[in-house]
Amino acid sequence: MTQYQAKIYVTLRPSVLDPAGTAVETGLQHLGHDGIEGVRIGKYVELKLAAENEDAAKQKLDQVCDQLLANPVIENYRFELAAA
Amino acid sequence: MQGIASIDRQKHQQGISMKFGIIVFPGSNCDRDMQWVAQGILKQPTRMVWHEDSDLSDIDIVVVPGGFSYGDYLRCGAIARFSPAMKSTVEHAKASKPVLGICNGFQILTEAGLLPGALVRNANLHFVCDRVPLTVERNDLIWTKNYSQGQTITIPVAHGEGRYHADDDQLKRLEDNNQVVFRYSKGENGDSANPNGSCNDIAGICNEQGNVMGMMPHPERASDAVTGSTDGLALFEGLVKTLVAA
Repeated sequence: MTQYQAKIYVTLRPSVLDPAGTAVETGLQHLGHDGIEGVRIGKYVELKLAAENEDAAKQKLDQVCDQLLANPVIENYRFELAAA
Repeated sequence: MQGIASIDRQKHQQGISMKFGIIVFPGSNCDRDMQWVAQGILKQPTRMVWHEDSDLSDIDIVVVPGGFSYGDYLRCGAIARFSPAMKSTVEHAKASKPVLGICNGFQILTEAGLLPGALVRNANLHFVCDRVPLTVERNDLIWTKNYSQGQTITIPVAHGEGRYHADDDQLKRLEDNNQVVFRYSKGENGDSANPNGSCNDIAGICNEQGNVMGMMPHPERASDAVTGSTDGLALFEGLVKTLVAA
């Protein structure tokens, strides 16, 4: 078994309105930061996992994300994996 | 009711009644309001079901109440969904028995896959605590027998994440199947009472079969006259009456 460190990014699907992101974008504009757009707020999750190999670790992460960390109705996810 | 399992009447032979089971999670806060309606007002046998308890065999009507189950960590209802009581609630629903989710309960039922779509942050980012007019879209369900179709009722809402979201295909399926039970009403000037930006002004939906319903507004908070309105009581009275007669 190899120890892996995963970094998981959960983001709202593009079709889902993100009012918090819009509020932050407006705040940035009020601060005078021009040229900023498309602010979207998501979640970042770190975790360690043990798996036989990288493929098994990815498979495990897909399960974990589909079952709990992301709600596929409203969210997408991607992750980065590295041997710990 | 078509498609609704007939309730085991033998166990209710002495005084026909319907037994409510109210799921209690760490962080539930509308469980005792619901208990008061079921037991105190309707005089029905009622059991508070701790989330670690998986036995619902004695229960006719499962209610998943409002609150902030498990602190609503990660997403509203995301963690509650995996509790033993919820696994049994899914079985209860699959056996065509009645399941009602109110507010956080609605969020949990969508996370559990018993109802389609999801509840996300209110469009205006505000936690809304108000009384809102709802239109009863259909009264052929066990939940709405005591209302008339198109009737407007006023029910309290209290949520920060009550914006119903589903993709266009799913919304079309909901509308085609008549699964929208309650909608935030439109006023005479055409303005909607929609407090959260829900798609299609959706306040409550049911599954295709009609035995599972979820709604963001709180009918249990409009059941005792002391709270200022009894518009919600008809839901529970109609439910018990319909099931007893089934």
